[in-house]
Amino acid sequence: MAIPLSQIVFIEEQAAGIGKSAKIVVHLHTAPPNKEPGPFQSSKNSYIKLSFKEHGQIEFYRRLSEEMTQRRWENVPVSQSLQTNRGPQPGRIRAVGIVGIERKLEEKRKETDKNISEAFEDLSKLMIKAKEMVELSKSIANKIKDKQGDITEDETIRFKSYLLSMGIANPVTRETYGSGTQYHMQLARQLAGILQVPLEERGGIMSLTEVYCLVNRARGMELLSPEDLVNACKMLEALKLPLRLRVFDSGVMVIELQSHKEEEMVASALETVSEKGSLTSEEFAKLVGMSVLLAKERLLLAEKMGHLCRDDSVEGLRFYPNLFMTQS
Amino acid sequence: MHRRGVGAGAIAKKKLAEAKYKERGTVLAEDQLAQMSKQLDMFKTNLEEFASKHKQEIRKNPEFRVQFQDMCATIGVDPLASGKGFWSEMLGVGDFYYELGVQIIEVCLALKHRNGGLITLEELHQQVLKGRGKFAQDVSQDDLIRAIKKLKALGTGFGIIPVGGTYLIQSVPAELNMDHTVVLQLAENGYVTVSEIKACLKWETERARQVLEHLLKEGLAWLDLQAPGEAHYWLPALFTDLYSQEITAEEARETLP
Repeated sequence: MAIPLSQIVFIEEQAAGIGKSAKIVVHLHTAPPNKEPGPFQSSKNSYIKLSFKEHGQIEFYRRLSEEMTQRRWENVPVSQSLQTNRGPQPGRIRAVGIVGIERKLEEKRKETDKNISEAFEDLSKLMIKAKEMVELSKSIANKIKDKQGDITEDETIRFKSYLLSMGIANPVTRETYGSGTQYHMQLARQLAGILQVPLEERGGIMSLTEVYCLVNRARGMELLSPEDLVNACKMLEALKLPLRLRVFDSGVMVIELQSHKEEEMVASALETVSEKGSLTSEEFAKLVGMSVLLAKERLLLAEKMGHLCRDDSVEGLRFYPNLFMTQS
Repeated sequence: MHRRGVGAGAIAKKKLAEAKYKERGTVLAEDQLAQMSKQLDMFKTNLEEFASKHKQEIRKNPEFRVQFQDMCATIGVDPLASGKGFWSEMLGVGDFYYELGVQIIEVCLALKHRNGGLITLEELHQQVLKGRGKFAQDVSQDDLIRAIKKLKALGTGFGIIPVGGTYLIQSVPAELNMDHTVVLQLAENGYVTVSEIKACLKWETERARQVLEHLLKEGLAWLDLQAPGEAHYWLPALFTDLYSQEITAEEARETLP
């Protein structure tokens, strides 16, 4: 189902409202006699409406406006195009106001193009300067390597914060960007404050993804990058804060209250599993009120400590109390 | 004759030489650090100027964002490394991608029980757009990929698997090696069979079965024994019918403990 663009006289936007989706109204010429058959024989309206229930209206309108301005289907040499402005021709009735609108659209399009190419130029110039910074940081890093640790701690901290500002990976240690800077120490202290209560509410343990979402949703703006969060958490123990970062064998990272003893939780997990005979991670999670991710880690830890046995089949991973240990 | 070279005098001499060397060395690094500090300030000013003219362009134009990211990568700069970086602070690119990260995590969690933690980039895109609402800034698939790459730092198994021109996004730490990925890539109609694997990949039956069993165990595939011919292994991640379904309130509640 298609309508040639040449049939379009004029387009306008209709904003969305309560219970109404955003629309684009497309006003059309009368259909030419040789038109292909379509879904309807005729219509009393000289326009169609395109309804945008979700998104896409802005982009579609922009592109359609461009096409309407460029009028590529006309492709007439300059001399002939003067003719079309002269007056009504069969099938090409142009309302007066449209010329003004089209000119505006054309200007807007040129402006957008100009903006983009100007932005691009400015961006390229900026990148050249940024590259100089990268080169300089490499040179400093080489000096540091040569001195084999004769650089002062103060200088190291300064260097790291410069790298952090520019987003350059630390060329000396290859460690994650700017870990151990003042910023991350401050952040670690803030996190200790923010996370105390949520951790207590969640049994003393949260996955790093949960923390990332919680903290950023609370901040609203000036959000933390995932790396910021990880780097700050790595400093928690060194700063003797009441939380710590823990990495399980699977690579899953969590924040625990210092007072939280996962190994003790394992004992109660064993009880729960024994009561039910056997449990999968999903079942255990539901019973205890934890996320499946953390439930699985706890059961895996229990298995590692020898309290549980696994039954790994296509039906899923199921844990049983380890009777080899208890009944010997 | 006293032997010199080992003795208090020699040690003192050595220490003096070291101290002089250190001094010179320190001066060298100090110079460069001072230079870097100055250049950093200049750069910050340039970036501020750039931001005042073109910040909107980056916000509104996904293609420009791609150009920007590619150029940064070419020169060895990661504008998304830290929220405290200049790029993030002045251009606002950070907040855009970090918030997107939150939205991606939430969508993946909400749908995990359906698809085992594997979702097509298309479906993820649709669901994220839905969640963002009608008046939010538009987001491209390239934006999603970049946000996901950053999320990997959180350690919870975000992965990007290329399949037939698009990508599958993995959001659980399930072990997927090359064998598993290659089989996923075969499942164009939403399912795959042992015969298909043997024919296309020239594998032994046992190897095919092992891979399929692993996918079943991880909840990424469903077994259909009633299919005509042989057993079909369906991948819910590829069910296009599921795209249009809303995440129900029940499902959303289930994502939180």
